[in-house]
Amino acid sequence: MELFRDINIDWLGKKWYLLAFSLVFSVAGIFSMLFWHKIPYGVDFKGGTQVHVSFDRTPSEDRIRSAFDAAGIKDAKIQAVRGDQAARPEVLISLPEKSDATGFDARAAVLSALQSNYHDGGFKVESSQTIGPTAGEQLRHQALFATLYSLLGMLVYLWFRFELIYGVAAVVAVFHDTLITIGAFSLTNQEITLTVVAAILTLVGYSMNDTIVVFDRIRENLASSRRETLSTVVNRSLNQTLSRTILTSGLTFLTVLSLYLFGGEVLHGFSFALVVGILIGTYSSIAVAAPMLVAYQDWRIAKGKAASLPGGKRA
Amino acid sequence: MQKKLAGRTGIIVATLVIFTYFIFFGSGLPKKGSVKQLLTNSIHLGLDLKGGTHLVLQVHVAEAVAAQTDSDVARLQTDLAKAGVTGAQVAKLDPTKVDIINVANVTSADTSKARGVLNGTSYSSTYDVASVPNGYTLTMKQQSRKEMESTVLQTSIETIRQRVDSLGVAEPVIQQYGLGDNQILIELPGISNADEVHNAIQSTARLEIHEVVGGPAATEAEALQTLGGSLPPDDMVVKGASSVTAAGNSDMFYVLKRVAIVSGTDFRGAQPVRDPNTGQSQTSFNLTSGAGERFYEFTSANVGKGIAVVLENRVRSVASIKSAIHDSGVIEGLSEDEAKNLSLMLRTGSLPASISYLDTLTVGPSLGAASITHGVYAAVAGMLAVMFFMLLYYRGAGINADLALVLNLVILLGFMGLTGSTLTLPGIAGVILTIGMGVDSNVLIFERIREELHLGRTPSAAVQNGFAHAWITIIDTHVTTIVSAAILFLFGTGPVRGFAVTLTFGLLANIFTAVFVSRTIFDAILNRKQRGEALSI
Repeated sequence: MELFRDINIDWLGKKWYLLAFSLVFSVAGIFSMLFWHKIPYGVDFKGGTQVHVSFDRTPSEDRIRSAFDAAGIKDAKIQAVRGDQAARPEVLISLPEKSDATGFDARAAVLSALQSNYHDGGFKVESSQTIGPTAGEQLRHQALFATLYSLLGMLVYLWFRFELIYGVAAVVAVFHDTLITIGAFSLTNQEITLTVVAAILTLVGYSMNDTIVVFDRIRENLASSRRETLSTVVNRSLNQTLSRTILTSGLTFLTVLSLYLFGGEVLHGFSFALVVGILIGTYSSIAVAAPMLVAYQDWRIAKGKAASLPGGKRA
Repeated sequence: MQKKLAGRTGIIVATLVIFTYFIFFGSGLPKKGSVKQLLTNSIHLGLDLKGGTHLVLQVHVAEAVAAQTDSDVARLQTDLAKAGVTGAQVAKLDPTKVDIINVANVTSADTSKARGVLNGTSYSSTYDVASVPNGYTLTMKQQSRKEMESTVLQTSIETIRQRVDSLGVAEPVIQQYGLGDNQILIELPGISNADEVHNAIQSTARLEIHEVVGGPAATEAEALQTLGGSLPPDDMVVKGASSVTAAGNSDMFYVLKRVAIVSGTDFRGAQPVRDPNTGQSQTSFNLTSGAGERFYEFTSANVGKGIAVVLENRVRSVASIKSAIHDSGVIEGLSEDEAKNLSLMLRTGSLPASISYLDTLTVGPSLGAASITHGVYAAVAGMLAVMFFMLLYYRGAGINADLALVLNLVILLGFMGLTGSTLTLPGIAGVILTIGMGVDSNVLIFERIREELHLGRTPSAAVQNGFAHAWITIIDTHVTTIVSAAILFLFGTGPVRGFAVTLTFGLLANIFTAVFVSRTIFDAILNRKQRGEALSI
């Protein structure tokens, strides 16, 4: 079986459509991050308490809420979640960060509120987590720096293996993927937890793969055909590697999709980030990274500099 | 060619056998047991899968520094008086700067005597002494402060370890955490009863006995009234219940001497006992010989005055000194559980500084078990989908890729068994991702081979070229993914680190399986084929 043979699409001719597509999603994400849902940090980043409670019978959220009101806890967020145990419906109870005091207090407050005021059936605390505000802030810094260091690492490696402009183009593409993935979390108002950040960092490495496959081919083609224009070579390289790009991403997407569908509640955010990120990452290696090489070349020519092909060093 | 092929096949079979062994027995000798037992013996399950408690504690080291300077204030006052410096006032004027002691009111006639005391090694080794008009400022040296903080942290870790051992937790992790932030990481697998953990850790709180100067009173202002309205620099106000045995009392305020008579490390032994007359729970204690002398000296000089037992900055009981106490005593006004906890705490020594929780996570065992089931489902579903697609798309070569994939998984799990790694839920996700990324290398190679075949090359030349060209790309893609996994490992903790480790192992194993193993299989197939016969790809 062979799906993509002798494909001849003028990718660069469609660059404005592709750019518009990227812009729409990036801008929508940025707007949501700034004005709508902001960045929905999970409990590990913003501090606070989360208690996972499973019930014998499907509970009414109103009854739980009134149980908390009766106990004087007004700011509890109550949310039914897709449970991990089919027979036991689960509810996630979140309390905002209050103080740096003992972490078990909030958990105990949730427990006693339910014990004394909720009588519709039995329940059990499945897991609980409390994070102090300082810990959350440290973690936010660490996550930001880890992502930046990761991008920097990629840039340096690609600079060493190809040329600086390849590194810049690839890093811009991956940054674009990260931005849109975080934007997707903001738009759908899903919490960004530590494991989501782990998924995003993995994406930083993985989205790079498709881009490298394309760049490798561009470099190879540039070395053998010096008469063609750069955009012809880039187009041909994109078409030649299209089957690879789609198959590799598609197969990884298959496993990530099964993780999303069967992996359970705890990994939900993690697999959502990968599902979105892999789709965007595949798209961006075609629509962002490669056109950037051509745009850079055009810009150099426009400035009257030598059109040095960023072809370059042999591996 | 034939011989070389046999050698390579030998390497592959040996790898398969060795890593399968590692999956079941880790680095140890073969044992008997069910498959499940063997698996969990060699590959440890993380807290999130097994259930358990994860805590990050902040040790308030500044308190220990403050306690040290407080006792130095008292010592210096005595030393100056002994040296004949009259009227000097030693105090800590700025409560926010715990490491600075001020000496004031030193007349010019006494300057040399005061200098003599301050230049003695007991002060100059820990403090930088600066002259100010009519006095001196002593600032604790950075070096001394650092050493002290690190001692406090180590002592806290040791004390908590003893407490946790009393819970009977298997394989607890108790270690310093973060970079110089005086934090402690505690991981207690299998313990998901938060109250039990809470009690054990809470009971490591700070215990001291202080002299009572004023109170109890209903408000802070009233308590201070008994002392003339303002708080003397060597005193402090501490809250506590008016009567510990009666429930539902509002807080009362006590004024206590800042310097403790005896504190945490001075206690040698303790037992929960009952008052023979009232039947009330009590804790009887013994002091170390040095502390016993100090306590005797104090109590014999202060018969009739009050002393307060302060637990975690709260007055728990107050008693008046009836006669000189040497090295043993009784703490009254406790519930039965409190008496038991307090005894345990005094026996193992209390913490040198108080602690607070930065991060707590408890996972129940059923949630963990459900996570494993889901993880395994997702892994099997993902793997079957990928294998099926490879067979469909690449036919004969698909078998090749699937074999490489299975071997990749065996090596990854074997590696985890060998190193005794901990498998976390994100770690399972890492295994699943490895399956997806693992076949990527095969796809790159196969697509290249197809391309070479379309150009009209012979099967063996196509295979040769395909591997040679795809090899460079595979190295580049693996390096970038491993770089991001390495950064993830450096910045992450617990479960996230588990993920980074699995991902990296998986990718390294993949270079071996997708390139070396696949190549060997191709060569074996080409060897059997007649010249010119087509390759199934």
